[in-house]
Amino acid sequence: MTKVTMTVNGKAVSKEVRGNMLMTEFLRDELHLTGTHVGCDTSQCGACNIHVNGETVKGCTIFAAECDGAEVGTIEGQANADGSLNVIQQAFQDHHGLQCGFCTPGMVMSAATLLKENPKPTEAEIRHYLEGNICRCTGYHNIVKAIMAASGQDVSTIAAE
Amino acid sequence: MPKDHGIGAAQKRREDVRFLTGAGKYTDDINVYGQTYCHFLRSDVAHGKITSIDTSAAEAMPGVVRIFTGKDFEGIGGLPCGWQVTDKNGDPMKEPPHPVLAQGKVRHVGDPICAVIAETLDQARDAAEAIELEIEELPAVVDMRAALESGSALVHDELTDNLCYDWQFGSDQAAVDKAFADAAHVTTLELVNNRLVANPMEPRVAVAEYARANDESTLYTTSQNPHVIRLLMGAFVLGIPEHKLRVVAPDVGGGFGTKIFHYAEEAFVTFAARQINRPVKWTSTRSEAFMSDAHGRDHVTKIELALDAENNFIGLRTDTLANMGAYLSTFSSSVPTWLHGTLMAGNYKTPAIQVNVKAVFTNTVPVDAYRGAGRPEATFQLERLVDKAARELGVDPIKLRRQNFIESFPYATPVAVEYDTGDYVATMDKLEEMIDVPGFAARRAESEAKGKLRGLGVNCYIEACGIAPSNLVGQLGARAGLYDAATVRVNATGSISVMVGAHSHGQGHETAFPQVVADMLGIDESMIDIVHGDTSKIPFGMGTYGSRSLAVCGSAMVRATEKIINKAKKIAAHLMEASEGDIELKDGMFTVAGTDKSVAWGDVTLAAYVPHNYPLTEIEPGLEETAFYDPANFTYPAGAYACEVEVDPDTGKVTIERFAAADDFGNVVNPMIVEGQVHGGIAQGIGQALLESCIYDADGQLLSASYMDYAMPRAGDVPFYMVDHSCATPCTHNPLGVKGCGEAGAIGSPPAVVNAVLDALNHAGHDVAHIDMPVSPHRVWKAMQG
Repeated sequence: MTKVTMTVNGKAVSKEVRGNMLMTEFLRDELHLTGTHVGCDTSQCGACNIHVNGETVKGCTIFAAECDGAEVGTIEGQANADGSLNVIQQAFQDHHGLQCGFCTPGMVMSAATLLKENPKPTEAEIRHYLEGNICRCTGYHNIVKAIMAASGQDVSTIAAE
Repeated sequence: MPKDHGIGAAQKRREDVRFLTGAGKYTDDINVYGQTYCHFLRSDVAHGKITSIDTSAAEAMPGVVRIFTGKDFEGIGGLPCGWQVTDKNGDPMKEPPHPVLAQGKVRHVGDPICAVIAETLDQARDAAEAIELEIEELPAVVDMRAALESGSALVHDELTDNLCYDWQFGSDQAAVDKAFADAAHVTTLELVNNRLVANPMEPRVAVAEYARANDESTLYTTSQNPHVIRLLMGAFVLGIPEHKLRVVAPDVGGGFGTKIFHYAEEAFVTFAARQINRPVKWTSTRSEAFMSDAHGRDHVTKIELALDAENNFIGLRTDTLANMGAYLSTFSSSVPTWLHGTLMAGNYKTPAIQVNVKAVFTNTVPVDAYRGAGRPEATFQLERLVDKAARELGVDPIKLRRQNFIESFPYATPVAVEYDTGDYVATMDKLEEMIDVPGFAARRAESEAKGKLRGLGVNCYIEACGIAPSNLVGQLGARAGLYDAATVRVNATGSISVMVGAHSHGQGHETAFPQVVADMLGIDESMIDIVHGDTSKIPFGMGTYGSRSLAVCGSAMVRATEKIINKAKKIAAHLMEASEGDIELKDGMFTVAGTDKSVAWGDVTLAAYVPHNYPLTEIEPGLEETAFYDPANFTYPAGAYACEVEVDPDTGKVTIERFAAADDFGNVVNPMIVEGQVHGGIAQGIGQALLESCIYDADGQLLSASYMDYAMPRAGDVPFYMVDHSCATPCTHNPLGVKGCGEAGAIGSPPAVVNAVLDALNHAGHDVAHIDMPVSPHRVWKAMQG
């Protein structure tokens, strides 16, 4: 067992964990933060995307022990302080960017880092950036639209040609 | 001005808030005090005889609670099939047992053999490694044609061959023969409808607990239809009566058909929890999902179209081999028959149609309904065939379709169904406008200037949704009724809980269903909540599949709400000392016609629960009504789809440039949700057409068992889609006039994509009649090389 200490959504946590415990297990089983989902075994789907020191990381590919000392962000920490949806979350709701909701936490976490790196991404840039996030419900149309809208772009004419 | 309230309003989804904040509660988020963990030891060979299982070393491993094998299930029922198909000789289909844990033989890679229950998941996995298992490998049956040859190895030793049934359906033989004898032209096409894996993003999970003192079992499971699981598992597998068995399907992360079925793992954990008197949890890995979730499609078809000298369709016949896999999954037998053969008329008035289907057992994962279920297979073969006929005859494929459209309704097809409404001309007109057919030549020239080939593919589709009525499907072999149920519970202060048998796993019922009730009562949607997914809270329900939720369960909800209105009017009449016949309900107020008397919705509901001034001799207190609704017919959504592709002639890579869908879903409750359903269906259809393929090698090894090997569509593989549902002909037989929109996209899109690729190649001078899906760069490039 290894002792890990980190900040998760702004709160300090400290736990004894197995050396081979993945961050997905740490968050879900130890901290009961079940918004981080596990959709595959091969780091392909991105349902487990979290932020580690400001970067998007697949929670299933990193050990809890590797996050010792890190600033970790999960979907549970994304809303505004008053509990209202943040800009990206609100855009996902406004533009129907989710259906079953299972891939959604990972999509929102990816979108947040994309917009930090590239505040006005083009459609092509968004589609490229989401290569590691699989959604089976939406056909991506409204996810791409929501991210464009969250970045302040006019989406009213999309596919209305 | 778009509506912001009630039926027709694009209301934002209320369920989104929990999903967007990580507050959704999916089955894997459920942990029960004292739970154990289950790991299945699965077959790593396709076909074999189990010669010995020694669990003694594994049982001594740390944390192991108990190890189960097939022996523990001797004398216990196997997993049932829900549809009895009768073959053309009048014999019932062959229905070999489908054990929970393998009994003596394994029949596909992934077939569960042992289950290890331990204190932790790691301990269960480690102990499974220590099980000494000997399997004598047998020749695997993989290819369907080879499976039907005499001398083939047998998937089930007790059967004489691998044929499950040989089914024939449609017009008289003589009528079909005559059509082909009279034909001026016959177009023939052989094709494969590729095997797919549904891949909802949430893998299956099952958690069971047992309360020994009350003899009550609870199963939390990733299901589209918890009542169906309770019925099948309780009555046919484990012998637990309904009142001692609660099945809960909480938030479910997508289904697409694959979470309809009753699976061995959920029966196992329910059984094991009773045996060890502790909760048991099983969570599928993605690789396990690939080798244990029911797969979809996997048809091999020869189809022929007879045309007269004026290019009218005069006859159609098809021969299909349909893969059942190793066992009959819950609705497997109905998919290539009643959900496929009955759709072979498509949108056309072909007078003579014959459908032949041989269902085949192979040493592969069971195959069952996947988004569209039989209808995508019917649509693909028909719409590819019509396109091929147009090319052979040198006529415009859109004109050929239009010439043969059914134009008057109701229309009884030669394949047993009666389309109640439709307007195929209108959706085709709309589609041509959306995709801008006149502008295609210029877009093609632009592509060619870049060295790319460009093609336009068009097709129509029709589907049958809301499968019904029960008395008909019973005659066809269904072992269940296909109605649905809803209870509208009005509380004392006027707020409402609606308990519905439909299950929402992405479809937005929690938002759309209240829009209907709010519209009927004239109250705000925020006063209404939907309750679903728990057999202890809901009267009954057949669940969500076949695009049936609103058409069937929504209709039950309408009927129950009508009962509420009738009773509330009686109470209002009493309160206003008026005649019941004079009471009107509008905007949440009851009024007496021709007077200024009124009482509010809340006054009436309060009177129902505090019946001091109440007609107690005439009606009971309280305000709660249940309705069961059994539809009179299927609903028939239809439409026309178009796709424009660019093909890179150097690599064969296909890029989707434009996609348009013109659908007729009848009336629409929430257009935003409907469009989202179509988008998702189109992406799955593009996935089938260009990317996805579930592949077994000749030994029955599953080669595509992870997202590294199975190509799921990603954001970069698809475009923005143009969708429209304005050409609506409301369903004539349900109270909402709705038809269902969940599967259309997946049904309508694959032929549009493949037709577009072939248009691009043929226009560039490559004489290519067909390319099987997925239309991969390699296949396209090979076709271009002749």
